[in-house]
Amino acid sequence: MLTARSLNVWREAEILQWKAKVEVTLKKSVLDPQGVAVENSLKALGYEQIGQVRVGKYLELTLDAADREEAAELVEDMSRRLLSNPVIEDFSYSLQEAG
Amino acid sequence: MKFGVIVFPGSNCDLDAYHLIRDQLHKQAVYIRHDALSLGDCDLVILPGGFSYGDYLRSGAIARFSKIMTAVETFAAAGGLVLGICNGFQVLTEAGLLPGALYRNNHLQFRCQQVNIRVENNKTPFTNAAGNQEILKMPIAHGDGNYYASPDQQNEMEAHGQILFRYVDESGEATTEANPNGSLDNIAGVCNRKGNVAGLMPHPERAGENILGSADGLIIFKSLLSYLEREGAFICD
Repeated sequence: MLTARSLNVWREAEILQWKAKVEVTLKKSVLDPQGVAVENSLKALGYEQIGQVRVGKYLELTLDAADREEAAELVEDMSRRLLSNPVIEDFSYSLQEAG
Repeated sequence: MKFGVIVFPGSNCDLDAYHLIRDQLHKQAVYIRHDALSLGDCDLVILPGGFSYGDYLRSGAIARFSKIMTAVETFAAAGGLVLGICNGFQVLTEAGLLPGALYRNNHLQFRCQQVNIRVENNKTPFTNAAGNQEILKMPIAHGDGNYYASPDQQNEMEAHGQILFRYVDESGEATTEANPNGSLDNIAGVCNRKGNVAGLMPHPERAGENILGSADGLIIFKSLLSYLEREGAFICD
């Protein structure tokens, strides 16, 4: 039963939904064969202005967390453990409250 | 002597390993599912080739968190012998059991061909049946075999004899042309500092009889057997 007390507890622990956008890229020291192929292709199309191309991964995920700090901690943890391989890749992310 | 062959969803060289162990070496082999919690009474563990979890995200990235990998990590930490072949090598680097990482071949092509690899250290459980600098012929079949390690990792591996195999030409030279995937310093296989966990991109389990084009892969398996016979079998549990 929803009493006034349990309602307060529920409010205090209100969980927000967040949207995280994570970008994973190869470290600068690691040759990016896909980037080189795309770069050569753009040059072949006549885009002489092209410098360097790097190909990375983009991931969008939603998650539940009480505040931004908790959400950031979660995203960093999962990016280090699974979404990127720290030996060859770097990651960056942005967070926004969803809905 | 009992070999455990791990089966991940998407493994496809598990049967090749099983066949070589049972029919060529006449030793026991058992399959161990990715969701098993124990390695049973195996003396050593093979992580086979294939495309575990469709290679989604990165090759080996998802398989590395399979339930069985906790048992593999415990086994390795206790000194048990673990060999990763191709995708199995990728799983071991993702798990941090081996140094470095494997990513997209530098020419972006999937390569399926015979290669020559040179044994760089024949004083390990994985290579002791090979001669010093012996050249072995084996097939490769991969798109993500480009080995990378940071300069620090590379120095450390050099200093401790952890580079086991290099891609070479017919005469044994580690040339750029002999490097099928852009791997750093032609590296085809490495082991951990302790020397009980190793991985390589070429397929020794697919080179176990002359009808397949080469029987040189047997040298790796015979090394493991002679090591275990000398040192005593290692029991997982």
